[in-house]
Amino acid sequence: MVRRPSRRAYVGQWIFLLAVIAGAGLLLRMLAENLALRNMHFGFGFLASPAHFDIPFHLISWSIFDNYGRALLVSLLNTLLVSAMGIVAATLLGLTVGIMRLSVNWLIRNLALVFIESVRNTPQLVQIIFWYFAVLQALPPPRGSIVIPGGLFLNVRGLYVPDVIMSEGGLFAWLAAIALVATPFAWRLKFGAKRVGPWALLLPICAAGLLAAGTERIEFPKLTGFNITGGTQVPPELVALWAGLSIYSSAFIAEIVRSAIEAVPKGQHEAAQSMGLRRAPVLFLIVLPQAIRIMVPQLTSQYLNLIKSSTLGAAVAYPEIFQIFAGTVMNQANKEVETIIIVMAVFLAINLLASAFMNWYNERVALVER
Amino acid sequence: MIRHFAKGFPCVAALAGLLGLASGGALAQNEVKSPTLDAVKKRGQLICGVDTGIPGFAFQDSAGKWQGLDVAYCRALAAAVLGDPEKVKYVGTTSKVRFSVLQSGEIDVLIRDSTHTLTRNTELGLAEPAVNFFTGESFMVRKALNVAHVKELNGATICVLTGTTLELNIADFGRANNIKINTLLFEKPEEAFAAAEAGRCDGYTDDGGSVAASRSAMKNPADWVILPELISREFLGSYTRQGDERWSILVKWVHYAMLEGEVLGITKANVDQIKGETKDPETRGFLGLEGNFGKFLGVDNDWCYKIIKSVGNYGENYEMYFGPNALALPRGWNELYTKGGLQAPLPWR
Repeated sequence: MVRRPSRRAYVGQWIFLLAVIAGAGLLLRMLAENLALRNMHFGFGFLASPAHFDIPFHLISWSIFDNYGRALLVSLLNTLLVSAMGIVAATLLGLTVGIMRLSVNWLIRNLALVFIESVRNTPQLVQIIFWYFAVLQALPPPRGSIVIPGGLFLNVRGLYVPDVIMSEGGLFAWLAAIALVATPFAWRLKFGAKRVGPWALLLPICAAGLLAAGTERIEFPKLTGFNITGGTQVPPELVALWAGLSIYSSAFIAEIVRSAIEAVPKGQHEAAQSMGLRRAPVLFLIVLPQAIRIMVPQLTSQYLNLIKSSTLGAAVAYPEIFQIFAGTVMNQANKEVETIIIVMAVFLAINLLASAFMNWYNERVALVER
Repeated sequence: MIRHFAKGFPCVAALAGLLGLASGGALAQNEVKSPTLDAVKKRGQLICGVDTGIPGFAFQDSAGKWQGLDVAYCRALAAAVLGDPEKVKYVGTTSKVRFSVLQSGEIDVLIRDSTHTLTRNTELGLAEPAVNFFTGESFMVRKALNVAHVKELNGATICVLTGTTLELNIADFGRANNIKINTLLFEKPEEAFAAAEAGRCDGYTDDGGSVAASRSAMKNPADWVILPELISREFLGSYTRQGDERWSILVKWVHYAMLEGEVLGITKANVDQIKGETKDPETRGFLGLEGNFGKFLGVDNDWCYKIIKSVGNYGENYEMYFGPNALALPRGWNELYTKGGLQAPLPWR
């Protein structure tokens, strides 16, 4: 029929694609059919109906009059927050433990080994619940709050920090944020032959000035009735989930770091040492930059795992997307199929974006062979 | 494609209606057509969806045997249909999956302290045959807080289970009374209890019966008080699938049989004696000595006798699982209508 192999491959691929689409269509049709049999209707219109329930921890404003769509956004931001915090902490901790694992000091080396083996070999959910109750048990009740200088309170309900209330609708805060983000780019800018370099540090100073100018008042937390009111509360659920996610992942990352460092040819090490470099510069200037190339693909999958594991937060009452959307909203809106589809699509999107970023970074650091 | 299907749906519904009519005609000859009832009889076992474990409603005792008010209903239904209360397979369902499990046909009936609501009846397409426990959302708080009423909980944090109607009630109550009660949402009761115990929240909320059960599960129950108000109506009862009207009717009348037993003063202990001696036409009809009420439902004529003989009447079961020796929950709304309660069986006529 089609003689030329290259064209035959093309035709084959198209037929396969059509088959996949037809299969998906059939599944959708069956879904609609089965839902209709049960007097249920498939659709996403419920996102616009009011939620009428409270979300205990939110980064953007939330009231019980907001709709399910905003509940999705609020819980998504909570998921992103704990994932981002987890990735940063897991990377730093993993890097440290991984380097410790290669130390010449017996104690340091074996401490790292014990840490890795005990963390890696116990279930993550158990660890998260352990951290949650460890945190809760360690902290005093609200009336016996630990007062931290600067108007901070710490108790079993969380860490209370002063709330900065901005005037002008937060315009200054946005400008300050832009200035901060622009700093590293400004550092690399060149005017003629001269780099901007340390002059870029003027930007964060400006940002601080903008923040100071935009601050209307600072609301300090204070003890009233049952609880501490005012200020922003960092709930212990966030801290426990953060600890559980980052400590667990850091054990795996430590092993990735160790194996990547060991994979750098020994000659590199020896050559650097023979040039008279001390141990730290050898590690940070010669070995690690080469090891990063080996690490990145494996790190990517660790990061993706961490993001997905954030759904375990439901066990410790952290209002992330799985708990709020695939729990409360699913139950209240009576839309099981739709909510699960949305949650899966959101995780797919987050993870595809994360892995796209890591692939871009991988290409940047990868060895360019000519 | 979906719209196309929705268009076809009325035809299917009409066809189903015709089938229903046909079965209505067959009923004149005392034949009950119910796919679920037929399946249960053929299988020789009832598959009953219950709670995963909550004192009072459904829990496993130290011997691994299921106990509780909801479990008694499963046993009663099995006794009525199959003549043996032991022929039940229990499926523990979480609040998140319970309705999907029922819709998919994995279980025959869901008797799992579930609130009857409008949307579950319509949007979820489920039938709500009978309410076996009238209660409302209740609060348990730490005694040391010195709180006497729910309205004084402004600013307090309460541990709640997610996937229930409770979150909505709290928000509504707060809005109506202009107070703010903070919530902390847990997946499972164990973590919620532990968090309350650790002082992360000031109290715990659930349906009245469950709160009494939770209090008994705390390390020191005397440290906790149950507030007098119920902030919502939570009328808990059985669920069946729509489209099998006869099965729903049977589930409903099994509930009434439990109540009627109490109205007539027939208990597990005296049912044999009464059956032998009674001349009261109502009692004789109830126990299947006269009339053919069982046939109308598609079960044996002595179905009520079997129910009372194997599980006892409603009052006996309430006493066993919620009475002073169990969770010490006053009967309140769950008293018989003759004693000022809401539990009222329809007449055997």
